[in-house]
Amino acid sequence: MKTDKDGHPVLERYTANDRSNHWFNAICFILLALSGLSMFHPAMAWLAALFGGGQWTRILHPFFGLTMVVSFVLLVVRFWHGNRWEKGDAEWLKGTRDVITGHEENLPPVGHNNAGQKMVFYISIVCMLFLLLTGIVIWREWFSSYFPIDLVRLSVLLHAFFAFVMILTIIIHVYAGLWVRGSMGAMMKGTVTYGWARKHHPRWFKEEIRKGQQ
Amino acid sequence: MALQSLDIKRMSATTVQQPVARTPVTGTVAKLIDTSKCIGCKACQTACMEWNDLRDDVGENHGVYDNPMDLTAQSWTVMRFSETVNEQENLEWLIRKDGCMHCEDPGCLKACPAPGAIVQYSNGIVDFHQENCIGCGYCITGCPFDIPRISKKDNRAYKCTLCSDRVSVGQEPACVKTCPTGAIVFGTKEDMIVHAEERIEDLKERGFANAGLYNPAGVGGTHVMYVLHHADKAPLYHGLKQDPSISPMVGLWKGLTKPLALAGMAAAAVVGWFHYTRVGPNEVSKEEEAEALHEARELKGEQHENR
Repeated sequence: MKTDKDGHPVLERYTANDRSNHWFNAICFILLALSGLSMFHPAMAWLAALFGGGQWTRILHPFFGLTMVVSFVLLVVRFWHGNRWEKGDAEWLKGTRDVITGHEENLPPVGHNNAGQKMVFYISIVCMLFLLLTGIVIWREWFSSYFPIDLVRLSVLLHAFFAFVMILTIIIHVYAGLWVRGSMGAMMKGTVTYGWARKHHPRWFKEEIRKGQQ
Repeated sequence: MALQSLDIKRMSATTVQQPVARTPVTGTVAKLIDTSKCIGCKACQTACMEWNDLRDDVGENHGVYDNPMDLTAQSWTVMRFSETVNEQENLEWLIRKDGCMHCEDPGCLKACPAPGAIVQYSNGIVDFHQENCIGCGYCITGCPFDIPRISKKDNRAYKCTLCSDRVSVGQEPACVKTCPTGAIVFGTKEDMIVHAEERIEDLKERGFANAGLYNPAGVGGTHVMYVLHHADKAPLYHGLKQDPSISPMVGLWKGLTKPLALAGMAAAAVVGWFHYTRVGPNEVSKEEEAEALHEARELKGEQHENR
């Protein structure tokens, strides 16, 4: 049985590879969001200084993007299993009020991931797909000249839109991780306490305990 | 053009008002290109190269007079030659000097994300400051006339400056100075419109019933205007747009949407902060930990019994 530093039993939620993949992805996201926002609105233009000025920001942003796409694909494959849509998920989403007021006991028992986490997963996939496609179209140095001007115009618009959705989703994702105490530990150390697992992911808790006995 | 001595009215990616105390009392400037007087000699192209120290690559002959075939980072103006057959079954050779139109409402400036890379002077000239350009190419998406070109050498955007350096010291643009037929003239926009009206009257007398001034309202008017013999058929002149305007996609992308989106992102973070401080963190109590351990023991017990 796995225990924490004080000998309390814990469950492994994410392996070291899961965590590294997730945090690599997170670093890519931060770099992309900061460099992207600097080109998004004049109020954020000063962020370009973080990357060595406007020219460097413009050069680096698409390469950060491609790096994130590779890392994100690996992450999707890694987390695919835990994010399959199950019965009870729709009901969980309808009970968002209970979620944000901290009355999870009123909701259907959650497996490895709750419906909110699954939404983050699917929204990220859609956003990343469109960001990649529109990003290639507006990558002036290599590709833009191969596309008609109206497609380039549509792509800059969509790129900004999906970036907005992605950033908003990640703000909610990060907040959820900070608000539900113990979640950061899951992604930092890989483990959670029995109490955390039972409270937030009761079905996963039962499965893990039963599995642990075989 | 870098380090200009002209007053700036508008600046790209800048949300505050530029200093506007000094406004030219004579109004803005304009260049008037009279297509009916143009003989296609390309002296203006040469003058542009000379004054701006530009040398494009030597290209290939494509069997037409157009040379070079398109605007580039080294060719800021090109003559466009169009052969058309008019209603009297006569050939008309329409020649248009293409280049930046210096819009009153410039799409390039609107789209540009780099502070100070595109400016509009108080005299109406729209100029690129390459030292601030980041090479993203958004100006290309913003321009309704397909004018800006990014240099492959330095990844910066270039186009006609309307010789802002010459204008700032009281001279006319190089192309105007060199034009041998007087097809290109330069002065205050007001004067140029008056001059155009005289030319249009003359053309109408000579049978060009639809002669007119090209000063499209969709972009707030331009500081480079054409006298066209067929003002009702602008596309005859190598696809000149009849009613150009900034693409609505660019307007949507750069208009109110972005400040709202930015506010939305900031609001999400602020809502999070207040949620945390009102509802409090979602914690697991000692009691809940004890219950979980108890349940785990029971679950294991069940399984032992089942064996």
